[in-house]
Amino acid sequence: MKHLLSAADLSYEDAILVLDTAKQLAAATEQGVGKLPPLRGRTVVNLFYEDSTRTRISFEAAAKRLSADVINFSAKGSSVSKGESLKDTALTLEAMGADAVVIRHNSSGAPHRLANAGWISGGVVNAGDGTHEHPTQALLDAFTLRNHLRNGEGDLRGVNVTIVGDILHSRVARSNVLLLNTLGAKVRLVAPPTLLPYGVEDWECEVSYDLDASLEGSDAVMMLRVQRERMNAAYFPNAHEYSSRYGLNLTRMNRLSESAIIMHPGPMNRGMEISADVADSQRSVIVEQVANGVSVRMAVLYLILGGSESM
Amino acid sequence: MTSYVIKDVAILDGKPTDIVVKDGVIAEIGSGLAADQIVDGSGCVALPGLVDLHTHLREPGREDAETVLSGSRAAAMGGFTAVHAMANTNPVADTAGVVEQVWRLGQEAGLVDVRPVGAVTMGLEGTALAELGAMADSAAAVRVFSDDGKCVHDAALMRRALEYVKAFDGVVAQHAQEPRLTEGAQMNEGVISGKLGLAGWPAVAEEAIIARDVLLAHHVGSRLHVCHLSTAGSVEIIRWAKSRGINVTAEVTPHHLYFTDDVVESYDPIFKVNPPLRTKEDVAAVRAGLADGTINIVATDHAPHPSEDKDCEWTAAAFGMTGLESALSVVYETMVQTGLMNWAAVADRMSVAPAQIGRVTTQGQPIEVGSPANLVVFDPRANQLVDARKTVSASRNTPYAGRTLPGKVVATFYRGKPTVLNGELNA
Repeated sequence: MKHLLSAADLSYEDAILVLDTAKQLAAATEQGVGKLPPLRGRTVVNLFYEDSTRTRISFEAAAKRLSADVINFSAKGSSVSKGESLKDTALTLEAMGADAVVIRHNSSGAPHRLANAGWISGGVVNAGDGTHEHPTQALLDAFTLRNHLRNGEGDLRGVNVTIVGDILHSRVARSNVLLLNTLGAKVRLVAPPTLLPYGVEDWECEVSYDLDASLEGSDAVMMLRVQRERMNAAYFPNAHEYSSRYGLNLTRMNRLSESAIIMHPGPMNRGMEISADVADSQRSVIVEQVANGVSVRMAVLYLILGGSESM
Repeated sequence: MTSYVIKDVAILDGKPTDIVVKDGVIAEIGSGLAADQIVDGSGCVALPGLVDLHTHLREPGREDAETVLSGSRAAAMGGFTAVHAMANTNPVADTAGVVEQVWRLGQEAGLVDVRPVGAVTMGLEGTALAELGAMADSAAAVRVFSDDGKCVHDAALMRRALEYVKAFDGVVAQHAQEPRLTEGAQMNEGVISGKLGLAGWPAVAEEAIIARDVLLAHHVGSRLHVCHLSTAGSVEIIRWAKSRGINVTAEVTPHHLYFTDDVVESYDPIFKVNPPLRTKEDVAAVRAGLADGTINIVATDHAPHPSEDKDCEWTAAAFGMTGLESALSVVYETMVQTGLMNWAAVADRMSVAPAQIGRVTTQGQPIEVGSPANLVVFDPRANQLVDARKTVSASRNTPYAGRTLPGKVVATFYRGKPTVLNGELNA
């Protein structure tokens, strides 16, 4: 694995390898041995063009737990705010000897350009690009699903995952549809028609406009953040109507099967797509998703940077 | 003035013959002819010099991307003897002063007829008419008016522009793009935009404007030209309008005949263009429309950009691709090699019809004794690997880089002078 740009880059075997590696790394971390040595002397750059505290911190923790040197580069207060191009920033990082670049960018495809334009030689990890993909989020979601529904082993064959919300603008949804299919799960997308991408009927998933009709049979419900500003562009009339038709509240949650789990990639809009009592309920695995994010990102960095025998 | 004989060249789809060019005109056609200098035309096709109705020469304002001179050289290399320089320069070509400046620069370059296009609205802002009459009456004798790059989206203003230019036999060339439906749009809206997470540019944003404009043109009895038509639906609307007798003409670019939107999967902004590359159904429809004459002409929409505007991430990149040097090869590959058109049809779509729409009387003339010697000699047997570093244009944003295109311009004659000889620029 040279880069991780899209969840579609991962074969079934790759995906299982990442999840199994994450499991091992999580176990090693829990044994309290402190930092693990495999990436000692390697440099990981966090190149963040968008504010994203949680993803950046997660990658930083992952790299540090593997003993990599971490450089955080955020667009604010940097040469980028002086108008430096992505290309020149990339050339600078290359000259400084970055072994891997973790990039978050508001332009869909920016990680593809970084990996394929010949600007840098190191590995590239997509930490979320525009409205395109967020493959490590999909990996941590799969890891979380596997822990709860498949005892932390194997794939997700037979698991029904319902993803609800702003699919159109969601990089999380795109990556999840791809990866969950690779792992054998069945995906259903639920959203108002305005928040579904053109051509979604050709995706490998079911599509519904009706949340209530989609709850039964779901093993997991993943709620996506819906920005209130979308109503200004007429995607829906107002927050109240959105919430009543597509928000996950207690009444709806109680119609799920007992083993079903509630997920959210964060940050949440409590009271909008998810009510506070659902977010804080026993079924919610939202905090666990965050912890799993570090393990999965450790696995991705480890596999991309080749690791070493000392693992 | 040196005389030339082009030996054994086929005029359009005809048998090989000799053509003598002397004193700016075609002096003789026949066999065994002689002149001061010989051009070997065996195996080649002679077409009337190509006329581009849609070229961005960038001067004044963006001389780092192209100048009237560098663009004229690129045009000559592609077999053109006339180009229409679009108005979206800086300052905008919305006054007699600016169009006369561009016209004069074209005269000084002396490689092709440079026909300035005048802006429809002041500053391309879509709110008030530019001085259309003054531009028409100027030395540049403007007949084509366009806000290209922007759509004249105000229906009342479009109606007035269509009416007003009737006074001097002008034509409004519309860039059909409904602005609200294309806010932030990056590529064709379809399965691929959904997958790539790039904001979609729906076909209806083009078709809705074309539908409105043909009805407006019908209502006021004006002629309308539609720029760079790109969708199957647009072809249908033009076909319908023509069947109703509406005076509308339309163009398609070489790149919309050649590429489909799946090339965007590379996220390489070399493929970022306005209007966007469309689906294979659309490509089939514009090819069929060009073949049956629904689409009147091929126009390049040659849009040079400096490399920093393309060597970046997709959304930061500029829209547009160069096209003058590759146009004839692309039309040959997509329309002639596929059996959709013969050379007579190519001559019509790339020379005769665009000259007629732009009211360029000395261009697009038949290859016969006495015609102005505006000619291109094309060798269909040659194959060329496109190398962006070797373009004659000042910009390198050719989407064909790394691809092999069939055919090569061997010679271009402009008013009797060879601007290209032996496949090399002769200027």
